[in-house]
Amino acid sequence: MDSVLRAENISKSFGPIEVLSGISLDLRPGEVHAVIGENGAGKSTLMRILSGHIAPTKGSLYLGGQPIAFSGPVDAESHGIVLVHQEILLAEDLTVAENLFLGREIKRFGFVNDRIMRERTRGILAELGTRIDPDCEVRRLSIADRQLVQIARALLVPHKVVAFDEPTAVLTPVEAESLFAIIRKLRSHGVAVLYISHRLNEVKAVADRVTVLRDGRHIATRDIEGLEPLEMARLMVGRDMSKLYPDKPSTISEHVILSVRDMVVPGYVENASFTLRRGEILGFGGLVGAGRTELFEGLVGLRPSQGRITLRGESVHFRNAREAMAAGVVYLSEDRKGKGLLLQQNLRVNLSLAALGRFSRGPFIDIGAEEEALDGAIKNFDIRTRSRDLLAGQLSGGNQQKLLLAKMMMLDPRIIIIDEPTRGVDIGTKEQIYRFVAQLAEDGLSIVVISSEMQELIGLCHRVIVMRNGHVAGEVSQADLSEDSIVYLATGVHEERAAEIAAGHA
Amino acid sequence: MTETVLRSGAERRKSTIDMRALSPFIALVALAIAGALINPDFLTASNILNVVTRSAFIAIIAVGATFVISAGGLDLSVGSMAALTAGVMILTLNSLGGADMSTLAVGMLAALALGAMCGLANGLIVTFGRIEPFIVTLGTMGIFRSLVVWLAAGGTITLRNFELRELYRPVYFGTVFGIPVPIVAFLVVAAIGALILYRTSFGRHVVALGSNEDVARYSGVPIWRVRTLTYIIQGICVGIAVLVYVPRLGSATPTTGLLWELQAITAVVIGGTALKGGVGRVWGTVVGAVILELVANIMVLSNFVSEFLVGAVQGAIIIIAMLVQRSVHRGR
Repeated sequence: MDSVLRAENISKSFGPIEVLSGISLDLRPGEVHAVIGENGAGKSTLMRILSGHIAPTKGSLYLGGQPIAFSGPVDAESHGIVLVHQEILLAEDLTVAENLFLGREIKRFGFVNDRIMRERTRGILAELGTRIDPDCEVRRLSIADRQLVQIARALLVPHKVVAFDEPTAVLTPVEAESLFAIIRKLRSHGVAVLYISHRLNEVKAVADRVTVLRDGRHIATRDIEGLEPLEMARLMVGRDMSKLYPDKPSTISEHVILSVRDMVVPGYVENASFTLRRGEILGFGGLVGAGRTELFEGLVGLRPSQGRITLRGESVHFRNAREAMAAGVVYLSEDRKGKGLLLQQNLRVNLSLAALGRFSRGPFIDIGAEEEALDGAIKNFDIRTRSRDLLAGQLSGGNQQKLLLAKMMMLDPRIIIIDEPTRGVDIGTKEQIYRFVAQLAEDGLSIVVISSEMQELIGLCHRVIVMRNGHVAGEVSQADLSEDSIVYLATGVHEERAAEIAAGHA
Repeated sequence: MTETVLRSGAERRKSTIDMRALSPFIALVALAIAGALINPDFLTASNILNVVTRSAFIAIIAVGATFVISAGGLDLSVGSMAALTAGVMILTLNSLGGADMSTLAVGMLAALALGAMCGLANGLIVTFGRIEPFIVTLGTMGIFRSLVVWLAAGGTITLRNFELRELYRPVYFGTVFGIPVPIVAFLVVAAIGALILYRTSFGRHVVALGSNEDVARYSGVPIWRVRTLTYIIQGICVGIAVLVYVPRLGSATPTTGLLWELQAITAVVIGGTALKGGVGRVWGTVVGAVILELVANIMVLSNFVSEFLVGAVQGAIIIIAMLVQRSVHRGR
């Protein structure tokens, strides 16, 4: 079949470093072509070359058989190649319709014509199967809805190729399912879809062909038929990945270290109660917005909350994160870049920030001790960095997560709450993080894992508590752990039914 | 996911930071060379000492401003605060009436205490009132200024006791091992400031707060205390500047310290401190303050531009400094 967009022997170097070498890829109309690879494999660079954001150092692009060089993303767009960014790039204070037409407003007599834009917005959103109000301010939309708006904005121009960069990173399974419905609809209209992800189950569900990159090289391009996620992982990582999750630590004791009764976080959580035992890995499942993050932010004093918290038999109430840390309770935010690390500061400053007292000698900071701690952290947490002077923002997602873990471990905590431990993290690093969490439990620490990835909860946790709409909907014990039991509690309906609802919604 | 891209950017980024830290020093050297070429009198010891002495007030205030700005704040009230502090100090000395060291010490303590109080007020309103520092200090700027005018009844507040004046004179006009006291004072203030900002937990917290308030909060940094303290430090620095300023003229007027806030902020920005917070450069700030005075001096010594346009040139400098920072920043 003829390809709509073809890359031939594409290489890209930044200075002396070659990040892509000799990649060839062809996109056919009416196919979903997934590109997978670990962080740093070059997926994003390839995507940015295909969508005109950067030019290749070597090799050429062909559009409908004709060689072409894009002068920039706008040029690529005018040729029908659009990119849906991973980050939400919308003006929060403008309405949905205003955002859709931002920079390409429809005008009449020199003035913006809101009526036409509103109608066209309503039309395109309806096509995507959503009923978002065009007059709603983007600030008031959920993350999933914002992403839909972003997709709508991309699809506003005539398109032959649509590229999605990790579109499901912020979506719940149900929301992801409706996104897949949109992708399938695009495919049925003859559009070529480029789909970048490292969630292999999704790739299996949505893609027709898969291209695997590793270290900037092309490893394989295969039809999805007969290509299972385990094999994809092997191709990506270059070694056998059948054992992603470690054995569950058997060190769990009956000793309850933390007990929470009737926790209320105004506006988010009502009457949540649970207990955490020594050496336990306790999972918290549920849809995004179910109140899991808020429950624990309330617990450690990052939000106003009420409730009876008993820690090691003593009643406590934390007014800020500092007090929680002093009591041995740490919380690792899901928002690594916004709340976890100072992206503009170096690794040393980040590592010691929460535990500066440990590094003080008299009134001054002992920078030698900090450097020593950084050496230790780089070794123990396998933080891969080209240079120890890098800024935290220059690390990959996986290495940032390791740095955040190392930073919080500086406090010698007894209870660790990890919110979305592997979001935006490649599969090799995931395995390391899982092993690390299991090791902590074996050492007698207690861990709470908040995750939207059900496989992760099932593979890692002793027990999973599921929240729905700010309430604890129920608990799944180790023997009963399954996707269906979690989805049932998270949505109130069984999985097949949930998929149907999502499909109907789409 | 864009690790590959960043990885390559890192090389250049590293030299970027060095450039940012170095650029005020390079500018200083360039200006000194330019000054020497324009007028041979420029590079004489007396002229240089004179220039640096005159930059002392702004330099000392700007060291405080470095703390406020690297924590992501802003203080527009420093000029008015200086005028108020100077006025109150002189009134205190006048009412005490004595002409001995203890009188002077009480007056000095009063100035430092008032500066700290003014800073505390700014800090508390910003943190507990949750109001933009720009607005808060715009308000207190008006309040402080108006209080001076009221205290002076529209005229001048003068140190009346001549013996006390003579006693106090050396603090501005005296020397220590040949170096004028104001220069010693501002070097000491800068050294202490650098020590606090770079080597203490508090300094680290200031930078963390300016870098990203959420990260600081999630890391257990006591952000309210840290933020309030930066304004108090600013107030104390204003107090110290006043200690050096009062013996120079022995009076305070409604126009004392006018536009000092702009000069202080300009010095901080020229010095390479990011106006949005997260980077603080105390020594850069000091150099920035000297550059401002140096430009004025060169303009007086040369005949190219009227010295009445000093303000315009200084205004242009802050804009150019920002443009240079931006282009260096973009180059990564």
